[in-house]
Amino acid sequence: MGLEGRRDLPVLGSGKDGSASFLTTKLDFIVNWSRRNSLWPMPFGTACCAIEMMASYASRFDMARFGMERMAFSPRQSDVLICAGRLPYKMAPIIRRIWDQMPQPKWAVSMGACASSGGVFDAYSMVQGIDTIIPVDVYVPGCPPRPEALIYGLLMIHEKIKGETWFGEEGKLLRAEDPARVGQAQLPAETIEQVAVPFGNSTNQNRGSGMSGVRALEHPRNRRP
Amino acid sequence: MAKDNDTKFEAALKDLAGTGPGKRQMPGPGVQTEAVDAHPSVDALKATFGDAVLRHEQHAGDEHVVFVDPERLREIMAWLKDEPAQHYDLLKDVTCVDYGGGRPIQVVYELWSIEHRRQLRVKVELPVDALDVESVTPLWATANWHEREAYDMFGVQFRNHPDLRRILMPENYEEGYPLRKDFPLRGRFSRAEQTRRALALDLEDYYLPEELEVKEQKGGTTPEPGAERALPETAGQPGGARSVPGSEAQAGEGE
Repeated sequence: MGLEGRRDLPVLGSGKDGSASFLTTKLDFIVNWSRRNSLWPMPFGTACCAIEMMASYASRFDMARFGMERMAFSPRQSDVLICAGRLPYKMAPIIRRIWDQMPQPKWAVSMGACASSGGVFDAYSMVQGIDTIIPVDVYVPGCPPRPEALIYGLLMIHEKIKGETWFGEEGKLLRAEDPARVGQAQLPAETIEQVAVPFGNSTNQNRGSGMSGVRALEHPRNRRP
Repeated sequence: MAKDNDTKFEAALKDLAGTGPGKRQMPGPGVQTEAVDAHPSVDALKATFGDAVLRHEQHAGDEHVVFVDPERLREIMAWLKDEPAQHYDLLKDVTCVDYGGGRPIQVVYELWSIEHRRQLRVKVELPVDALDVESVTPLWATANWHEREAYDMFGVQFRNHPDLRRILMPENYEEGYPLRKDFPLRGRFSRAEQTRRALALDLEDYYLPEELEVKEQKGGTTPEPGAERALPETAGQPGGARSVPGSEAQAGEGE
């Protein structure tokens, strides 16, 4: 039996050292299994990425294979927010309100370059990455990403859910958000400034890819070894 | 080396912005000198209004452009619309062009006569420090939103417009007029300030469903920005229309 190896774990409640018991780990497994196989996405399609998102739901790619049968066009009935497309500042309070209206536990996917970083739109009207407004779990790169990429991103959400514990910290629900932060930006003002200079958030990807800064774009020899 | 690159870079940026030493002049409208073909409407305009017709140009084959006096625009447009020989009954577009460098901003009206199958582009030139012109919304109702857009993006004030408010940018936008050449690409405020202002926008401020419904029922106009709103009180819950459903739900779940 599979129980043989778990004799050291208490059956009920938490162990004295706070470790998980047999019951909670098995319950976590069942809860996470059911959760990740019935994720209802809240589509927030603002641009061309939404076309690829629709293709992902259509018959050829068929996201319903992963339990996402139904696009929930009400935030109150959805689990995953998929922001597909660039987000103008005028839409920022709207996506924040939709996020606030979704019940926990909830996850967010930022689909495409513009949603993740502002993309090419380093302009007066565009939010430099939706993670300044709402917390984001998975960023799907691409312009726009192929449906396979979006499906891969959602499978990453599945992987995240696998590692989650239903019995969180004392008195806290899983992925609970502070009610006081309703309608507030996700990142502090200094961080928003930091990610958006000097050429928009999308250039920060170069820092991750080994270039020492935006100046490095001037000549390849300035590239970090 | 890096320092040198930095200074060169800054100089290039300034140059692009038009404030550096190698000040570049933006391309602008040249005054056309070669002869233009006759256009029946332009000829009639010249005969009727004389000096108010400033210039007549022809572009891209048969696109006729006529520059008129802004002070007499309304009169000229009414004549173009109602005169049986002209009858420009379709206003295709109202837009603006800013050529930068302090040159006048052009307001462009694209006219089409369905009856005579004739196209005419009417332009007025407005100095950047006196951007106002008479609205043509009473003539063509479609000009309403077009003029609002021109106001939103360029700051052109249309006199006697029934509802001159921003249409694309948020209502609390205070950085200026984004499509002007002197407007910085990323806006005048910092990103943090822009985010703060965007999230501070009250979504219920404008275009409440109730508001639009009342407007339709009473045949009234949308209230002016900042004006006191008279909303119908729902039976049993006064002001219930303005409560934020999201915040309540969130507060309940967090307990």
